[in-house]
Amino acid sequence: MNLRTIPLSAWIGMAGLAVALVCAAFAPWVAPHGEGDVVGDIWAPLGGDFLLGTDNLGRDLLSRLIYGARTTILVSLAATVLSFAIGMFLSFMAVVRGGIVDQAFSRFNDLMMAIPTLIFALVVLAVLPQETWILVLVMAILDSTRVFRIGRAVALDVAVMEFVEAARLRGEGKLWIIFREILPNTLSPLLAEFGLRFAFAILFLSTLSFLGLGIQPPTADWGGMVKDNKDGIIFGVSASLIPGAAIALLAVCINLVVDWLTKRTSSLKGGRGDA
Amino acid sequence: MPDLLSVRNLKIEATAYPPGEPPRTVTLVDNVSFDLTKGKVLGLIGESGAGKSTIGLAALAYGRGGARIAGGQIGLNGQDILTLGPKEIRGIRGARVCYVAQSAAAAFNPAHRLGEQVIEASLRHRIMSRAEAEKRAVYLFRILGLPEPETFGRRFPHQVSGGQLQRAMTAMALCPNPELIVFDEPTTALDATTQIDVLAAIKHAIEETRTAALYITHDLAVVAQVSDDIMVLRRGRTVECGSVRQIIEMPREEYTRALVNVRQSIRQETADQSDPLLKVEKISARYPNGFEVLHDVSLHLPKGQTLAIVGESGSGKSTLARVITGLLPPSEGRISFNRKELTPALKDRSKDDLRRIQLIYQMADTAMNPRQTVRDIIGRPLTFYYGLRGAVKTARVKELLDQIEMGNGFIDRYPAELSGGQKQRVVIARALAAQPEVILCDEPTSALDPLVAQGILELLMRLQKETAVSYLFITHDIAIVRAIADSVAVMHRGRLVRFGPRSKVLSPPFDDYTDLLLKSVPEMEVGWLERVLEARRMESTGN
Amino acid sequence: MIHSSKAGFMSGRTLRQRFPLLSMIIQRLLLSVVLLFAVSIVIFGGIEALPGDFATTYLGQSATPQAVANIRTELGLNKPVVTRYVEWLGGALTGDFGTSWANRNSVSEQIGGRLGNSLFLAFFAAIISVPLAVGLGMLAVLFRNRLPDRIINIVSLAAISLPEFFVGYLLIVWFAVNTGIATFPATVYDGMPFLDRLSAIALPTATLVLVVIAHMMRMTRAAIINVMSSAYVETAELKGLGGLRIIARHAAPNALAPVINVVALNLAYLVVGVVVVEVVFVYPGIGQYMVDAVSVRDMPVVQACGFIFAAFYIFLNMIADILAIIANPRLRHPR
Repeated sequence: MNLRTIPLSAWIGMAGLAVALVCAAFAPWVAPHGEGDVVGDIWAPLGGDFLLGTDNLGRDLLSRLIYGARTTILVSLAATVLSFAIGMFLSFMAVVRGGIVDQAFSRFNDLMMAIPTLIFALVVLAVLPQETWILVLVMAILDSTRVFRIGRAVALDVAVMEFVEAARLRGEGKLWIIFREILPNTLSPLLAEFGLRFAFAILFLSTLSFLGLGIQPPTADWGGMVKDNKDGIIFGVSASLIPGAAIALLAVCINLVVDWLTKRTSSLKGGRGDA
Repeated sequence: MPDLLSVRNLKIEATAYPPGEPPRTVTLVDNVSFDLTKGKVLGLIGESGAGKSTIGLAALAYGRGGARIAGGQIGLNGQDILTLGPKEIRGIRGARVCYVAQSAAAAFNPAHRLGEQVIEASLRHRIMSRAEAEKRAVYLFRILGLPEPETFGRRFPHQVSGGQLQRAMTAMALCPNPELIVFDEPTTALDATTQIDVLAAIKHAIEETRTAALYITHDLAVVAQVSDDIMVLRRGRTVECGSVRQIIEMPREEYTRALVNVRQSIRQETADQSDPLLKVEKISARYPNGFEVLHDVSLHLPKGQTLAIVGESGSGKSTLARVITGLLPPSEGRISFNRKELTPALKDRSKDDLRRIQLIYQMADTAMNPRQTVRDIIGRPLTFYYGLRGAVKTARVKELLDQIEMGNGFIDRYPAELSGGQKQRVVIARALAAQPEVILCDEPTSALDPLVAQGILELLMRLQKETAVSYLFITHDIAIVRAIADSVAVMHRGRLVRFGPRSKVLSPPFDDYTDLLLKSVPEMEVGWLERVLEARRMESTGN
Repeated sequence: MIHSSKAGFMSGRTLRQRFPLLSMIIQRLLLSVVLLFAVSIVIFGGIEALPGDFATTYLGQSATPQAVANIRTELGLNKPVVTRYVEWLGGALTGDFGTSWANRNSVSEQIGGRLGNSLFLAFFAAIISVPLAVGLGMLAVLFRNRLPDRIINIVSLAAISLPEFFVGYLLIVWFAVNTGIATFPATVYDGMPFLDRLSAIALPTATLVLVVIAHMMRMTRAAIINVMSSAYVETAELKGLGGLRIIARHAAPNALAPVINVVALNLAYLVVGVVVVEVVFVYPGIGQYMVDAVSVRDMPVVQACGFIFAAFYIFLNMIADILAIIANPRLRHPR
């Protein structure tokens, strides 16, 4: 791989992602104030004593944004990793076992996907206690249906290739076939898919928090910050737009990287990569 | 009077986008010149990458997939079409020059009826009225031997067979009464028995309408039947150009000679075929949906010999290989190996049983894991079956590379870095690594160019001599059967039609199907097609 | 998503061969019914299987054992799950979703008006976004890999990444707070004049359009490019046909099915998108009703809304599949 072939858009995406990750990792050192410290007046304007102003309780918005990055990214990442683990495992199982196992998994997955994700999440979260790990689990399970579908399609594409059949004819075990024959050939498209699902998880978590069903206060997270400050909108206070913009920027950055990865994958397959 | 088509110093380029590298310009066709007079057929012949399709499309001033004409002239009746504007070029395409694609199935629009598509160009170019065009379409359907010519045009592309579609495509090209037709491998995708019908139809139609044609193919025997002149191309350049008779009978260039002499008999038939190593008895097999693909097939293969299984697509020949490997357990019958019955299903077979039977695929591209190096690919069976590791394994991989006539320099290459023939060699080495007793070869040369295929066949024969391995060689190509087989099995629609020593199977008296099959394979001689058609006519009048 | 289910509802194989179109449509219809039924089990039964007792939830902190027992009887929770499910499903099919725990009103009555409001909003978002997205998609194909295409690509990529609520608040700040062109919140009431109603939903509609258009446009572009690179379009070009004729006669009939599919899929997404947009704009639709119900754990309302949303989603997906089936010439003209 050649660094010079990476387009500018992908560099921008990676830079944005890096900033967000640094904020998330070193929040206590980067943030000027504590996560829950009330430091000034309600909805102080931008500039002034506080770079991004204060929120509806007089907490420093910049600090909350930095701590929020930590929560938002961590929870989304955990959900995505978990959903990939579940989705990939089940989809590869379905492909390798085939037959009735595949049918059962796939039909159940169709059923899960017949209910829109947000609606499903609302129904489930109405019953379950409001805990972060439950939130992660719900997000992961709902998202794993999408991972299952794409994982199955990709694995199926590879599994019908003759080199997989050749491995079976040699007498290789299932683990070898999955990890040595199929998996290395699915990494590229799945990496792009991981990025896509991660961006989606951030948007989804933010939406849930915005609806009051995601991360619970006083923990800072971007979607929740929009909700906290939304009443300021009619007074022209931008406090709810800033975390919203942060979500959008992070998602854009991830999508820029994913866009490049997808094009790279398709050009490896011999396509001209402009479709 | 100037020639109908006169090409001078044609140069065609394209931009390649290798992944991870800056784009670069590649030359597809370089300094090609030829003339074609009215009513004549010029055959363009060459292996893949020879630039023959690119030249054919250039006659319509068209570049496929980013190919662009970078220099030279293409004169159509004295007018250089490369100097024309887009509108004038449109006036030539589909009116004066027409095109017949290799895959008619993809080239017809699935949403419209065949008749509409056949007459479309004639109507849009205002060459004739709708009534005239429809009448001409029916006439063309008739001379092309299509069923129910009056109503054939009302069908949709998916409602007719592949051979019929190819003929309909020819009708589409002939309909506007063009001066020139470009045939781009029109029979390559068809089975032998279908190919001869389409070929005869095309030849008849060309004679009937007196149009000129460029006939593009990789098969010298085919082009010898329809062309007046032949131009041999290689890597975008002209090798030689001459009349059909001269090219076939007195080729001047070494390359042409090699093409003409391809697949001459490589070895003699072994006399003693009594002691079977692999024995297939009364095998029937069904797909999971219940469709019976094999019915009551029995044959056997002695040690160190080659059994060729020949048949057209859908004959069940590849399925037979899948049954023998255990991928598709048979519904009836038994398979024995070394006088010991083999378990029907793959998963119940012992590692040693699996080792003894290896498989070589048609597409070497998909038969190798693109993420593994040649070392991993050939080395895996060594580790898996023999527990070889480290330096011992590397040494053995190098030995195998020598055996397939490839240098040690290839050991750390990925499949994508190999040519088609090299890939197939690596697949053969992988099979050899297991030290098998039988190798099932599923059309291992049909995706390769003739000379490369010849090299693979010679390699396989040499390896057989050295290791006494047996081959079950599946093919649709009678010429290969003649060249390498000891015994032959002819299959048709899942049944075994004929089985025995090569000399017996391929000589009369024949059954009907074998007769048809053998007579359908073009031979490399001028006038073969006429003779076969004449013989058929005699037969049908005689009956 | 055409399923290869081997539902043996058509006994004769010949019947299926003679009318493949009809039989596939019927198959798809039946599949939707089965799916809806299964979804009802998930939404009702699945919820009950989750940990946590409704009665305790309902009473909150003040749950004494006696109160819990009383409320269980009152809500009918002491009956077995299957009985309650059958009763619930029977009610749901006749349009009766029981009574709300929060205010003891009929759920169906409360949903009625709100569903109308939501559909009103979604309808206008759809008739604006569909032509716009398809048009932009075609434009992108026409200027493929040139400046307009690149701009559309970057902008749509960014638009996909915007959360609905962010788009909503941006529009509010620009058009309602700063310039005062539009109104916020988007209050509608019974008997409101039609034009007032339209102006009230201007901003929510715009938000939905922006959210859904990027996806639809990108998918449209991909579908058309797929068709344009096919061999039969090359054949048309080699017939010397004009650009317009190629697109109208040869590309369009084949691009129609994938584009219709794209539209239907995105409309399904639109139905879900109304949830967040309604909350942002305090619009009295079914989405906001559901979110409110979730936060107070008013289960009959949550289940009813969830079921209705899922039904719409399944319905639109089914329409997408059926249109794709109808557009396939192989099925319209069997051998």
